[in-house]
Amino acid sequence: MYNGKVNYKTKLAKSNLKYISAYLRLKVKWGHLLTDNLNTLPAILKRNSIKFAEKPAFREKEFGIWQSWSWKDVYEFVNNLSLGLISLGIKEGDHICIIGRNRPHLYWSIIAAQNVGAIPTPLYQDAVAQEMIFPISHCSAKMAIVENQEQVDKLIEIKKDIHLLKNIIYLDPRGLRNYKKNNLSSLNDISSPDKLNNITKFQTELKKRQAKQNLDTKSILLYTSGTTGRSKGVVLSNKNVIESGKAGIVFDKIDSNFSLICYLPMAWVGDFAFSMGLGLQSGMCICCPESAETLHDDMREIGPSYFFGPPRFFESLLTSVNLKIDDAGSFKRALFNYFMSVAKENGEKILENKSVGIINRIKYFMGEIFIYGPLKNRMGLSKTKVGYTAGEAIGPEIFQFFRSLGINLKQLYGQTEACVFVTCQPDKQVHPETVGVPVKGVELKISNSGEVLYRSPGSFVEYFKDPSNTKKTKDREGWVATGDAGFIDEETGHLKIIDRAKDVGKLKQGSLFAPKYVENKLKFYPNILEAVLFGSGKEYCVAMINIDLTAVGNWAEKNNISYASYQELAGHPDVYKMVAEHIREVNLSLSNDKNLSNCQIRRFLVLHKELDPDDGEITRTRKVRRNLVSDKYSDLIKALYDGSKEIYTETEVTYEDGRKGKISASIVIQELEETFKKVEAA
Amino acid sequence: MNKENIKMMDIKNIVLRFGGVVAIQNISFDIFKGEIRAIIGPNGAGKSSMLNVINGFYHPQEGEVWFRGKKRGSMKPYQIAHQGIARTFQNIALFKGMTALDNIMTGRFTHMKKGIFSQMIWEGGASREEYENREVVEKVIDFLEIQHIRKTPVGALPYGLQKRVELGRALAAEPELLLLDEPMAGMNVEEKEDMSRYILDVNSEFETTVALIEHDMGVVMDISDRVVVMDYGKKIGDGTPDEVRNNQAVIDAYLGVSEH
Repeated sequence: MYNGKVNYKTKLAKSNLKYISAYLRLKVKWGHLLTDNLNTLPAILKRNSIKFAEKPAFREKEFGIWQSWSWKDVYEFVNNLSLGLISLGIKEGDHICIIGRNRPHLYWSIIAAQNVGAIPTPLYQDAVAQEMIFPISHCSAKMAIVENQEQVDKLIEIKKDIHLLKNIIYLDPRGLRNYKKNNLSSLNDISSPDKLNNITKFQTELKKRQAKQNLDTKSILLYTSGTTGRSKGVVLSNKNVIESGKAGIVFDKIDSNFSLICYLPMAWVGDFAFSMGLGLQSGMCICCPESAETLHDDMREIGPSYFFGPPRFFESLLTSVNLKIDDAGSFKRALFNYFMSVAKENGEKILENKSVGIINRIKYFMGEIFIYGPLKNRMGLSKTKVGYTAGEAIGPEIFQFFRSLGINLKQLYGQTEACVFVTCQPDKQVHPETVGVPVKGVELKISNSGEVLYRSPGSFVEYFKDPSNTKKTKDREGWVATGDAGFIDEETGHLKIIDRAKDVGKLKQGSLFAPKYVENKLKFYPNILEAVLFGSGKEYCVAMINIDLTAVGNWAEKNNISYASYQELAGHPDVYKMVAEHIREVNLSLSNDKNLSNCQIRRFLVLHKELDPDDGEITRTRKVRRNLVSDKYSDLIKALYDGSKEIYTETEVTYEDGRKGKISASIVIQELEETFKKVEAA
Repeated sequence: MNKENIKMMDIKNIVLRFGGVVAIQNISFDIFKGEIRAIIGPNGAGKSSMLNVINGFYHPQEGEVWFRGKKRGSMKPYQIAHQGIARTFQNIALFKGMTALDNIMTGRFTHMKKGIFSQMIWEGGASREEYENREVVEKVIDFLEIQHIRKTPVGALPYGLQKRVELGRALAAEPELLLLDEPMAGMNVEEKEDMSRYILDVNSEFETTVALIEHDMGVVMDISDRVVVMDYGKKIGDGTPDEVRNNQAVIDAYLGVSEH
């Protein structure tokens, strides 16, 4: 592992120089934006309403048309809503839950809540009612601003457990006409000042509250998705949000002509940091899709210049491109294959301004006209100046595919506790296996146990009502433990993440066990959606595999394999054969790694159901909850180790409406003994 | 819900025969404004025939249909559609090759006043009319949450979504009375729940009166205000779900009667 602090420091100094120069350049162009010294997001909104006035601030596709609101409109709405919130008795320090998919009015509600000194707390909108009890009661929320009837129904269902919640405000009145409840009101009514008596009293109150706010005021409370047990409430201050946003703006030279599409859950820190932290500060246009299903079409129409997607997003995009190409005529397919090989060879070099021969440049130019351009347009990425992926490792082929098309896709490493930004890859210094250098103001160090620590202006205030965990994570000097094991790559000076520190273990014979690393290798195959590796303290590693229904379903269709359900397809012998082949390849590549060669998979099974956030097996951000999975499927894991060839199991499943059911299946366990030994010998 | 018990439709002594077969024997019932009225019964009870009588597709040999306080004479189905009655079908009747959007647009035909010529040259108010109609259709699409299939040919959609598009087409007509023929047939539990939600929302949001045929007793009992029960062309029960549930004749028709 890495052991050379001096080298790393010089690298850091070098990259810092770069930021300073970038910062200075930006200061000339947008200096006023970064040096305004505004302390709160509402204040920044006010500035935007003067500076950018009629420029579109938010767009949302509604009724088939892109509706726009200027910065002035937004400011007015937020102001009115703030008065309404005060009139409903919201006090400073109260929590207001925001529940719904990405909609402009909900973002404005966040700002309005901050404006009156309350703390907005966005929650995952697809959580079932029972899951909402914990965060709402934990922060003793006084009010919830929700998107629609679905969310209202959920809150009514659990109202006994959240008796502190006084008001529910809804955005979409559909189906709520006949709800006779005193504490239910529409966002429209709350935000119209003509319905208020005594408006001047509320206005002076609002001014008084605004004057009290500063950089240390709590800005937002975000509940983590809870990869390792119960979710924690992360409190971020204005300073965290504003400083980390500034760092992001400087790092990628973002200005007010950028546009951003918001489609990831509002409760996730990334969405908040990008739309509010970056968006408000830079004055870019924030766009919301019509519905989750229309994202791809909406993206194509907007052509966002700043784009963030988890690796899964890019994977599915690439899968759908490949499927369409497979179905295309032979001429188109040949054209695609030829130009993609050209792109593979030259694309990244051209993107990074490296020297490329004139012939290849002409070929690439032709490719741009025939293939890359139309393809980027199809994917809605033709205007993308900066694209980020994070959250998980991305497959090198996927990453390179997008970069070779000329899309500036990069990786970043972030955390809720850091208000996202810890490290980013600078333009032209992009390596698929690292996550880049620290952004402005972030200091990094590696602890003796190999855990990554950082200290930054973005690092969180505390875990809400949880001082012991706060102490464990953040030490007195402000260093925050990420819980990730990693090291600084000596060659590039970039940070490289191996795995969650607590997941890294040892096999019985003492060699390193890094499950995520192996799982990621497996997940790079489009057919494999999810993989869970076990082996800590055991003699060898075993795996549970989830197939990807889209990719495998398509493959089945082509090979005349009929199936009635996910379960049947998952248990098909040919599917097992295919998965076994993938695992063999992974084993082979692992056998070349001197640290991880014992992590090869000896036995595996294909799970009869998809791991589902409703069952708690993965988080809403789709990360596997390892402990829960190993408890729930302990019978399967036992069978994986005791040599049995097949196991019968019953599993509880939760339907979307919260009801529970049971499914049962006989699952085949396959052994890869033969190749495993061969590989071992080699 | 405030149902003022105003009769929207009154069906009096209907008899419908096909040759020697008597499909409906002397049935009378009424539909109040703003309610959800279910018609249930075993297979072949004459439920769909009843719906066809209401929307004027079948002409009964005897009996009268009163709509909004007036006796209805012999009318063509499209004339009845103009009166504000829209329906969906048991076996989806959409234009398979057309997109969901275009299919729903066809539901607006009763509101299109311009001639084919002005529509062709996009002049004389035809464009404005099209915009207005599109606006209504978009509201329906938003209401039914089918934005993602707006441009998808209906033939390529799964069954549950086709049913939703068909409901959308009926809604686009902005009907006063909506007739649904087995809206939930062949759906799984989650799709049924969604569909029930939409029907309830249509009823409360647009104050549309709904008459529906459905086999799923759970759904019928949950969402309807009053239920008519038919068996072999006869009415054997009529009342609130609770009354119907305890009606001996209904229980016998559904569960069968043992020979004494």
